[in-house]
Amino acid sequence: MADVALSSPPRAAHSRGAMAWAYVRGHVWFVIAAVVVGAYVFAAAFAPFVAPFAPTEQDMMSFMAPPAWGAHLLGTDSFGQDLLSRTIYGARYALLIGLGAVAIGAGGGLVIGLAAGLIGGRVEWALMRLVDSLLALPSLIMAIAFISILGQGVDKVVLAVGVALIGPFSRTVRGDVLQVKAQPFVEAARLMGVGTLAIVWRHIIPNVIFPLAVQATIRVSYAILVSSGLSFIGIGVTPPTPDWGLMIAEGRSFVSFAPWIAGVPGAALAVLLIALSVVGDGVREQFDPKLRKEG
Amino acid sequence: MSTPPELFRLLDVEKAYDVGRKGGLFASGPRRRLAALDGVRLSLKAGESVAIVGESGSGKTTLLRVLLGLTSPTDGRALYREKDITLLQGDDRDRFCREVAMIYQDARGSLNPRMSILDLVAEPLDHHGLCKPSERRDRVAALLSRVGLPPEMMERYTSALSGGQVRRVAIARALASAPAVLVADEAVSGLDVSTQAQLLKLLRDLQREMGVSMLFITHDLGVAAYLCERIAVMYLGRIVETGLTKDVLSAPAHPYTRALLNAAPKFFEPIAEPLGGEIPSPIDLPPGCRFAGRCPEARDDCRARDPELVAGAPNRAFACLHPLIGEPAFA
Ligand SMILES: Nc1ncnc2c1ncn2[C@@H]1O[C@H](COP(=O)(O)OP(=O)(O)OP(=O)(O)O)[C@@H](O)[C@H]1O
Ligand code: SF4
Ligand SMILES: [Mg+2]
Repeated sequence: MADVALSSPPRAAHSRGAMAWAYVRGHVWFVIAAVVVGAYVFAAAFAPFVAPFAPTEQDMMSFMAPPAWGAHLLGTDSFGQDLLSRTIYGARYALLIGLGAVAIGAGGGLVIGLAAGLIGGRVEWALMRLVDSLLALPSLIMAIAFISILGQGVDKVVLAVGVALIGPFSRTVRGDVLQVKAQPFVEAARLMGVGTLAIVWRHIIPNVIFPLAVQATIRVSYAILVSSGLSFIGIGVTPPTPDWGLMIAEGRSFVSFAPWIAGVPGAALAVLLIALSVVGDGVREQFDPKLRKEG
Repeated sequence: MSTPPELFRLLDVEKAYDVGRKGGLFASGPRRRLAALDGVRLSLKAGESVAIVGESGSGKTTLLRVLLGLTSPTDGRALYREKDITLLQGDDRDRFCREVAMIYQDARGSLNPRMSILDLVAEPLDHHGLCKPSERRDRVAALLSRVGLPPEMMERYTSALSGGQVRRVAIARALASAPAVLVADEAVSGLDVSTQAQLLKLLRDLQREMGVSMLFITHDLGVAAYLCERIAVMYLGRIVETGLTKDVLSAPAHPYTRALLNAAPKFFEPIAEPLGGEIPSPIDLPPGCRFAGRCPEARDDCRARDPELVAGAPNRAFACLHPLIGEPAFA
């Protein structure tokens, strides 16, 4: 008992380095995941410098070469294209589509959710019926429907997946707005004489933006998954774009004797999705005052 | 023009809620009304402090919402400096917002969790334009120190503060606009005894130093006695007894006040018998005195006549046909 009572909390670290180290030790998985995501972002941004080959460059001397020390570290596909290079370029498409789609979904969801939650009445009713119709189908099916209207291509995929995400984002934003609106601090501001616009701007939006940002980080991985799904079934990004979903689909027929063709982009996709969701959870913990730990 | 001595005046305020027809949604009976406030008369003078006590459901919060202009009375008038609270506009409204500050029971909920303590305490200053941007930090530091919090708190958020500290922040924020009245709903309940005692002392010091009026809702008669020179006892939407706190608590005139006193826990004494009987529903009130069903003093006339709140002694009024002191002077 005595040492429990006497042991003081660990002394706050003083130097900057020690503080950083303390943070890393407290959030090992978050830091690892963040580094992984950072590596993907770096690879995507500097793909021409990082990748040994151009993504569509064919090596006529090596088709379906297995991973080996040499020119093609992770092997080549059935067209003789370097899988490492294609996978690195693929990170560009994955992140671009994921972030772009989430930006559209979160932006649209913020506008609709705020309008519905703040205005109420008929406007809310109409907007929420619209959202219901967006939510009637799973996002993948929804995106397929939009693609069939819009046509194929990276920009179309971003738009299709983004619009499919507006529904869930709208719904959570509206729920948060209603919940925040009923908080005593909103009434307190009104009593102080703060006007409606200032209340929305200062008290309501900051309290819905943070949960929205958290949700957005978590949904990036979902958007990437959906877009890969679209490419995989052949209606998303068109070949020979080095899109992971497309690459997995191409490698599918050779999976029994050249598993690396689907395996390399598949692993790249899986690792990114896991890392993103760990980062998303970490962000939630950081920004939710109820989950945030002291110190 | 001299300012009237009264800050707040409630003139026979009634607040009734429509609660649907008897028998539920599809019933065809007469519409029923729940009178949360039923003819409340109350005034609060500058520098005075009044405690409002009563059981749960007696209408205390409703009274406070009417005073703050958050709900409008269905009958009677609620005045601030002789003007209708719900009709305040322009300068009058600004003045009301500046002069009347609220301390919530849910102090944490009344403070935006995304704002730093600095911004929270400075919000009234900013909103009412009460200080230059360069003085902002100093003013907030002074307010924090006034409620016993160190200036380092400024950068923090309420999530990192204890319950007692959060209440202090709420008080500092309420004081920021130099209000004439502090209105508080159960401002010290739900805290441990020593924190409660510190906050009560703080509030009493503020009252004495700043001459601020207080309207303090509490179910704790001890708190009422410590903080407020006047008390108003509510029962089912009515004030049933009012007067100087020390007079009312030492010699209650209304049987309900006495019952509250007996039910209040006293140290070193066995817990008294709780109040017998049930609070009748505020929807279907029996004729006559609304306390008759639970009143040990009730006689036949109590079930026929509804007693009004009338002056029964100097500075004292009660609504009882057979008061425990003297006899009311019927007008
Ligand atoms: N919006 C409303 N609609 C219908 N009835 C209401 C409403 N607000 C309050 N009431 C009723 O009015 C009565 C008085 O409620 P009020 O909240 O003022 O009581 P109170 O004295 O503050 O109680 P407590 O000590 O529990 O806070 C209660 O019977 C309550 O159910
Ligand atoms: S009027 Fe009668 S019933 Fe009502 S409180 Fe007085 S004695 Fe009791
Ligand atoms: Mg209440």
